[in-house]
Amino acid sequence: MSKVALLSLQLIVAVVSLGAWYVLTTVPIGGTTLLPPFFFSNPVDVAARVVKWFADGTIWKHLWITLIEAMLAFVIGSVGGVLVGFWFAQQPRVAAVFDPYVKMINALPRVVLAPIFTLWFGLGIWSKVALGVTLVFFIVFFNVYQGVKEVSPTVLANARMLGMNDRQLMRHVYWPSALSWMFSSLHTSVGFAVVGAVVGEYLGSAAGLGYLIQQAEGVFDVAGVFAGMFVLAAFVIAIDWVVTLVENRLLVWRPVAAETRT
Amino acid sequence: MNNGANVAAASGPTAAVALAGVDITFRLAGGGTYAAVQNASLDVADGEFVAIVGPTGCGKSTLLNVTAGLFPPSKGTVGIFGAPLDGLNRQSGYLFQSDSLFPWKTALDNVAIGLETAGTPRDEALARAQEWLARVGLGSFGPRFPHMLSGGQRKRVGLAQVLIRDPKILLMDEPFGPLDAQTRQIMGNLLLELWSAERKAVMFVTHDLEEAIALSDRVVIMSAGPAARIIGDWRVTLSRPRDIAEIKSDPAFHQLHRDIWQTLKAEVMKGYAQTGG
Repeated sequence: MSKVALLSLQLIVAVVSLGAWYVLTTVPIGGTTLLPPFFFSNPVDVAARVVKWFADGTIWKHLWITLIEAMLAFVIGSVGGVLVGFWFAQQPRVAAVFDPYVKMINALPRVVLAPIFTLWFGLGIWSKVALGVTLVFFIVFFNVYQGVKEVSPTVLANARMLGMNDRQLMRHVYWPSALSWMFSSLHTSVGFAVVGAVVGEYLGSAAGLGYLIQQAEGVFDVAGVFAGMFVLAAFVIAIDWVVTLVENRLLVWRPVAAETRT
Repeated sequence: MNNGANVAAASGPTAAVALAGVDITFRLAGGGTYAAVQNASLDVADGEFVAIVGPTGCGKSTLLNVTAGLFPPSKGTVGIFGAPLDGLNRQSGYLFQSDSLFPWKTALDNVAIGLETAGTPRDEALARAQEWLARVGLGSFGPRFPHMLSGGQRKRVGLAQVLIRDPKILLMDEPFGPLDAQTRQIMGNLLLELWSAERKAVMFVTHDLEEAIALSDRVVIMSAGPAARIIGDWRVTLSRPRDIAEIKSDPAFHQLHRDIWQTLKAEVMKGYAQTGG
């Protein structure tokens, strides 16, 4: 399929969905509107709300707060995951001791931690960062651990025969291998950082996209809820796009699936 | 016919590699032990090309790993230029059977890394790596990552990666095993060309007797495992320089091949009987 054809088909999906939404919420069919506007709003109102937010500039503060929270969660969670992942991979005994606890904490639905974090860190950004960190940490940790463990024994033997000392092994072998695993999960971990931020805001905060949606919901302002969702979706897509750019740059050495050579 | 187990090779303290009474025993995961190699003694003179041939799974690679110092022998001694080996064998370069390039480094960086670990400044290491890539015929492939190279090209990079460090001893574990027949021949000729320029002691493990005779000065035969032993040692007196494709039509090559094969065949059969292959 050509690029133009694909793009037009994608546009058609959007137009049809929005059109159906508009018709079903505004045009009475057989005397009733099938989707009551009170519960479903309509695309025009939602678009108007989004435009208003951007026009009066109130949205920027919330976007900024959510972005900061997600970025902090991602950075802190990643650094922690990398450090602990390396440590466990190098010290099998430590890993064995902590194994059941790691599994236990990872199995816990992180939302239940949100009230604790609110108590500990207050209603500001740090309780949201903490929630995001608990999500990001485990993804990065498991991938780095795997990356260090799964270095090919031949590559490792070769590195030693080429005269690498422990520090050089770390830099030229373990680190790139762990990073490649970590980057392969970059989309997931960045996504979870945003989830942590938004869910945290939703459960109690004074600013951010989650707060915006929660406030609108509180006064049955459905247009506001939908507007918040659309802004959030666009925000996540923008972040994902940046991640893809970063990934393409960092993982240039990896074979692309479509590229087969012998 | 020279079927003695001992060709009087360059013995004595000057040998590049001197294995004496080497036993290699592995502890099995379920308890018990497995004797891979038993009482192996082998001297390799400086500048000598020795091929080690034996049936699959006979412990040839294990013997090479011990010579490289990747692990110590269970019994016996490994001498390198007269000194007992302790830890890694710093005077040797090792070309592995499977892919051993760093997938996250370009061909050029892969070759340069062996110098960088030794403290050579990066600029100089890269310049010399470029020279070595040219010597193995990949002068314009420096920026490529390993996955963008063919199997034969990866082996060339591997060869450059090892040789750039100028090791006195070259250990090769079925390095051309995964390649197709034509590429193997080309790689064999390249290896001989590089080796004749700077003669190093070579231990070349293979299960291909033709390849062994065509390349080497001496062919050592190992018995089928477990407890593989060295059971034959032939000197290859074919003249150099050689061309791998042409030398195979030399009558002397055929005579030698027949002689050695008589010994090897029995071991290969034993090997098959054991592995059920």
